[in-house]
Amino acid sequence: MSHVDYSERIPNNVNLAGDRRLLKALESWQPAFLDWWGGVGPQVFAKNDVYLRTAVSTDAGGWAQFGFVKMPEYRWGIFLADPEPGRVIPGGDDAGKPVWQEVPGEHRNALKRIIVVQADTEPASVEQQRQLAATAPSLYDCRNLFQVNVEEARHLWAMVYLLHAHFGRDGRDEADALLERRSGDADKPRILDAFNQPCDDWLTFFCFTCFTDRDGKYQLGSLAESAFDPLSRSCRFMLTEEAHHLFVGETGMERIIRRAAQLAKEDKNGDARALGGIDLPTIQRYVNYWFAYCLDLFGAELSTNAADWFGAGLKARWREALDYTDHHANVGTRTLAQLVNGALTDTEVPLRAAMNETLRQDYAKDLERVVSVWNRALEEEGSEVRLRLPNTRFFRRQGIYAGAHFNPEGALISAEAFEAMRADWLPTDADRAYVSSLMKPVYGPGQMAQWIAAPRRGINRQPLDFAYVRTDG
Amino acid sequence: MAEYDYPPVDFETHPSRYKHWRLEVEGAVATLTMQVRDDGGLWPGRYELKLNSYDLGVDVELNDAITRLRWEHPGVHAVVVTGGYDKVFCAGANIRMLGMAPHAFKVNFCKYTNETRGMIEESSEEAGQVFIAALNGTASGGGYELALACDKILLIDDGNAAVSLPEVPLLGVLPGTGGLTRLTDKRKVRRDVADVFCTKAEGFRAKDAKRMRLIDQSYPRSRWAEGVAAFAAGVAAAQPQKKGEPVILPALQRTEHKGGWSTPLVKVQVEGRVASLWLKGPSAGPARAADTWGLQIWRELEDALLRLRLNHLDVGLLLLRSEGDAAAVLAHDAWLEAGLAAGEDFFFAELRRLQTRVLRKLDNMAKSMFTLIEAGHCFAGSLFEIALASDRAYMFQDDDGENSIQLSDVNFGKLPMFAGCSRLALRYPGEPELVTKLQGCIGEAISAEDAMGEWGLVTAALDDVDYDDEVRIAIEERSSLSPDALTGMEQNLRFGGAETCETKIYGRLTAWQNWIFQRPNAVGDRGALSLYGHPERPVFDFRRT
Repeated sequence: MSHVDYSERIPNNVNLAGDRRLLKALESWQPAFLDWWGGVGPQVFAKNDVYLRTAVSTDAGGWAQFGFVKMPEYRWGIFLADPEPGRVIPGGDDAGKPVWQEVPGEHRNALKRIIVVQADTEPASVEQQRQLAATAPSLYDCRNLFQVNVEEARHLWAMVYLLHAHFGRDGRDEADALLERRSGDADKPRILDAFNQPCDDWLTFFCFTCFTDRDGKYQLGSLAESAFDPLSRSCRFMLTEEAHHLFVGETGMERIIRRAAQLAKEDKNGDARALGGIDLPTIQRYVNYWFAYCLDLFGAELSTNAADWFGAGLKARWREALDYTDHHANVGTRTLAQLVNGALTDTEVPLRAAMNETLRQDYAKDLERVVSVWNRALEEEGSEVRLRLPNTRFFRRQGIYAGAHFNPEGALISAEAFEAMRADWLPTDADRAYVSSLMKPVYGPGQMAQWIAAPRRGINRQPLDFAYVRTDG
Repeated sequence: MAEYDYPPVDFETHPSRYKHWRLEVEGAVATLTMQVRDDGGLWPGRYELKLNSYDLGVDVELNDAITRLRWEHPGVHAVVVTGGYDKVFCAGANIRMLGMAPHAFKVNFCKYTNETRGMIEESSEEAGQVFIAALNGTASGGGYELALACDKILLIDDGNAAVSLPEVPLLGVLPGTGGLTRLTDKRKVRRDVADVFCTKAEGFRAKDAKRMRLIDQSYPRSRWAEGVAAFAAGVAAAQPQKKGEPVILPALQRTEHKGGWSTPLVKVQVEGRVASLWLKGPSAGPARAADTWGLQIWRELEDALLRLRLNHLDVGLLLLRSEGDAAAVLAHDAWLEAGLAAGEDFFFAELRRLQTRVLRKLDNMAKSMFTLIEAGHCFAGSLFEIALASDRAYMFQDDDGENSIQLSDVNFGKLPMFAGCSRLALRYPGEPELVTKLQGCIGEAISAEDAMGEWGLVTAALDDVDYDDEVRIAIEERSSLSPDALTGMEQNLRFGGAETCETKIYGRLTAWQNWIFQRPNAVGDRGALSLYGHPERPVFDFRRT
């Protein structure tokens, strides 16, 4: 563990103080970052005290220090997970050889692109969620939102550090550009479309943190298996923070689901909406939509880029080092149902070309587990309803299934048949308007909006009625 | 894929049949929108034309659109070339297609696309139809080379779209569709800047691209459509108006027969490695119409040359013959000359450009060419350029000296080669005074004896005792030589004189590209081009040659 100077402006374990060039670069980037945060970061309680966790080191006592802090004064730091002595390249043509501490020239552009695309999503989500605190269903949730926001911003710092430290002037230019693009901006949008849609209600926020941030988890996981060791170490540390974001999404959804079951039981017609809740059929439609939407983020089922990046060792599979034995993956195949002459047909495709699909299926499996947790909550609440994930072919707009129509079970159906069921399968404008109508702020300590159940416990062993955000300043 | 294993290519199309382009004309501005159907490749099922990548079929449509804009839309003064998909303008030539194509196809594909790019420049520089590349997304490789062929390049500034030439770093080949040459010679990019650009796979976005002279202008997304429209309108307004009614180009009437095909004025017969072409002289006087002989014969010849290039790789020698009334050919030439002198109607200038272009296609054939000037021929004036473009000309020498040739004005600089000078001027590197003297012979019948002995206009003049046998021997000898060495030799001998952008593209750039296309580092089992899009990565032999 390298020494951490707690008085530094930029907490870090990368010996910034010893690298004047890098320190200067990051210090000159910092004002632009703070301008960005002030301009498009959280708009409500922007300067209030918030009970946040700050990472000041990577050891057990340091990575989660809790205390009240005004967000603009949050100390965004740079941390890499501790080095693994003797770490070897986990996957690809050079699997088993020593990892790289510097970027090899031939992979510089590809690595930079990978980092920029990943980095671009971090500030984007902050921008998307900037208005949400105005309708927070509780101070507990408001605080969680802010925690997610400051940590996404720290992930931006982590990526900017890599760009500054390893990619020269190009890297600095890209770091600047990360603050110039804006979610949903007509002229300078964020790179990925999913990060250009506003996140205006809390059901969307919980879906985002549960489904979209989980895509982030798997992307980070595949980068944690990179041959480029600083990237790997950076992503491994980010994964520890990402876990909290997923927790926010997963439990947020569970609390809405639980509340839906409770209200349905209370209402004489079994209608949660009648009592101001979000009903389970609506939640199922949101699940269908977000699952499909986020599956698209993994990229084409057959991808030459994915194959190249795997071959080069830039990325690898989820838990490549632990779960696989053949780390070259250049002979095997994967079965993929493709549309051939209008019919779904199992085809064998080269394993490397299907790396995106492999990661996507890992992601889907993880979500199956989440849905089973939600279904246990429904069981506990005495509900007969069960939620489920649609098939991975359902409502895809990217990749080999885009353009065709599938029902939630994955069967190929006609466009007419799909349209006839669309309102049953996907959120309607009326659903969105209804959810939106529920969004009213609840700022009393310990109070919850009608449509969401209280969490089981508070943050950092604090009670539920703790003032996680000091609303008076 | 086995050598030659692809279906014959048809070079004729019509906007109503386009799969990949939309041609829209609004006043003086035309918009050509590239929206390549990924399942619309020439070899269906073999590759997908993703990300607006192109194959020969896509370029055939582009060529058709440029041609028709010239003849059928003379009121157009600016042509906007843009992409029909979001975020990507064009990703260049389809790599899978290139990877599986036989070498000869690759070479001819590149030649064809180069000729199309050349035609774009001709539109901008000579025909008063200025091409503007409106890059609505990333333009990489051949996509940026298409932009380079345009007179002006506009790039959307959305923080993402870039221009790039990733051939060297990603594919181990060259930006061979004029890219390297146009960077330095046309856009005047400094050579070290070009070096950086051509080795940086992801290229540069608007701000840097503008600073490096890679683009002319950029607009943010919200003002893109408006910016492009205003730019195009400004360009169009600066062009002089043209006179003359549109000329609608009819489809060529082609009939296939055993071993060849015929159009009304050109017959092609293939026997083994030799193809004979018979060109028919005019049967009527000139007229301002699409079917006038002087227009029709060059269109038919162009089509024949393209088909011979792509669909008859085995053919190594073209025998060019003609039959008809030489005086009638000269009458057509004179009529065209008078029309040009009047300077009013666009038709005449367009016709001259067509002749010039087809003759350059002839110069560019990777096949040996012998012109056979036999009794009843009509190689005079513009048609005699065919003999001048050939590697050799054999002339039948009759007893009465009736078999003669005639030159006209057009042979003296009106149908320039790529190097900018006439074929006659290049013919006499050691005796430039002959050209001046020959000008005194315009309109005179030059006998076979004089054509060879005095003027050196033909390779050999042979009487009836020798003609058949000598020609037969010449053909057989030619057919026995190495086709590669012959192509190399001919291309060197045909293009004397100074270098221009075009001669560099078809000479230096193409020759290096074709060399690289044969090298294991590109096309070997572990070559970069072979492995692009495959799970494995290339392995290079790092020894420099």
